[in-house]
Amino acid sequence: MRPRALLLSGAAALALWAGGCGDDDDSGESGESGDELTVSAAASLTDAFPEYGETIDGEERFSFAGSDELAAQIRQGATPDVFASANTTYPDDLYDEGLVEEPAVFTRNQLVIAVPADSDLESIDELTEPDLDVVIGAKGVPVGDYTREVLGGLPRTDSAAILDNVRSEESDVKGIVGKLTQGAADAGFVYESDVAAAGDALRAIELPSDLEPEVSYGIAVVSDAANPDGAEAFIDGLLAPDGQRILEDNGFLPAQPG
Amino acid sequence: MRLRWFPLLLAGALCLALLFLTLPIAAIFLQVGPGELIDRLGDPQATDALRLSLITSGIALVLILVVGTPAAYLIATRRFRGRSVVITAIELPLVLPPAVAGIGLLAAFGPSGLLGGAIEDAGVRLVFETAGVVVALTFVASPFYLRQAQAAFEAVDPTWLQASRTLGSGEARTFARVAIPAAMPGLAAGTALAWGRALGEFGATLVFAGSFQGITQTAPLAIVELFGSDFTAALALSAVLVAVSAALLLSVKLVIGRGAGSRATEPILDASR
Repeated sequence: MRPRALLLSGAAALALWAGGCGDDDDSGESGESGDELTVSAAASLTDAFPEYGETIDGEERFSFAGSDELAAQIRQGATPDVFASANTTYPDDLYDEGLVEEPAVFTRNQLVIAVPADSDLESIDELTEPDLDVVIGAKGVPVGDYTREVLGGLPRTDSAAILDNVRSEESDVKGIVGKLTQGAADAGFVYESDVAAAGDALRAIELPSDLEPEVSYGIAVVSDAANPDGAEAFIDGLLAPDGQRILEDNGFLPAQPG
Repeated sequence: MRLRWFPLLLAGALCLALLFLTLPIAAIFLQVGPGELIDRLGDPQATDALRLSLITSGIALVLILVVGTPAAYLIATRRFRGRSVVITAIELPLVLPPAVAGIGLLAAFGPSGLLGGAIEDAGVRLVFETAGVVVALTFVASPFYLRQAQAAFEAVDPTWLQASRTLGSGEARTFARVAIPAAMPGLAAGTALAWGRALGEFGATLVFAGSFQGITQTAPLAIVELFGSDFTAALALSAVLVAVSAALLLSVKLVIGRGAGSRATEPILDASR
């Protein structure tokens, strides 16, 4: 038994070494198969993008998460073909770093307060009342940053009172929606499109227009994309009238105001 | 010829497994230097998350041990109708995706869940509260302990228990003075597994309790949040979690090494490694 075991571990060590030398081969990225398209997109696009994908040629593979996480993945060397963010900051930053091609604004959204359909809440002022449970996005997640922008526009005591009511900072907008539809929270800051997607479960309270942040979605072809032509076509189609109509059907606003 | 390629195949498989399992862990430490690691740990978000993780997993572990040990002893030493159903029910959370566990917890204990009204009437809040994190950790981690403890008690020689009773010790005394010491290595292994699982818990906590610094944001939740904004900080916190988990595993091996006399539990821990 002994010599056999020795032989085995010797072989294991050898193979480990060989494997260690050869592991550069494993780094091939997925999505290299011809016309398949990998799309990293903000969580708020979870419904709209697959619907749009049905209408165009080719197979898409979507990865939905908070835009900040998707941007971090690209910084760590992930190469989807398309990056669609719920703000313009991340695509612009990645463009400056040479990681994506020049970004374009492809849609806009409206930040709203979402409440369960049977809620009595009517305005942002009421969120200052104590003992309310409010859920927002984490810092760095676009929906969380927009929310902090809105709160920053309120009188200091009001924003402090609302922040006092914040019980959870979610890593993407769908986490906020989940807490609301489960009746776990009284109110949350999400996009109009998320309220539309939640059907009858949620109701949107619009923000006063002077507080409303400018919510523009940026999209870009990733520099090392395996399928840059497909990525280009995906974005062009999204900006074309048919693509814009699908986004509007899902509660988004046209790329150009007006 | 036959005898030569098969050992090679085994060795190849082992080395593939070894490489695959150690490389990501090594990479965490290779990408962040020790100086930077210590630097980032001064960050209040990281320290809050670590403290919360240790506290909540500690409380969860106490609950698991106090309830789980007698429960596992009952399953291990008695034959009753529906026993296999009970065992399966206890093991089910093991194969449940964590997010599903979180949704189940919401559906049971959430404000509009099955017991939500009763819990609220009792003045207890779980969702968005540290107590909710403890509930989530207890739910996902307890099967690891229960299963291990059951196997450990089953491996205790029944004649010992019988001898204890013949000598006039009651059931409770036999359990406390004979069964538990004899099963100790297995119980320790189960404790470590459950603790490790609780420390790493992510999905159920996020879905059920939410994520808020100092209240519900445990280390894994903080790591995911930091990943988006500060990769180095995420790495540093990950490195600490790896170190804590490794220390756990190591201390259990030491405990078991000391209790090596009770041979009964060796194979159980082997299965868990």
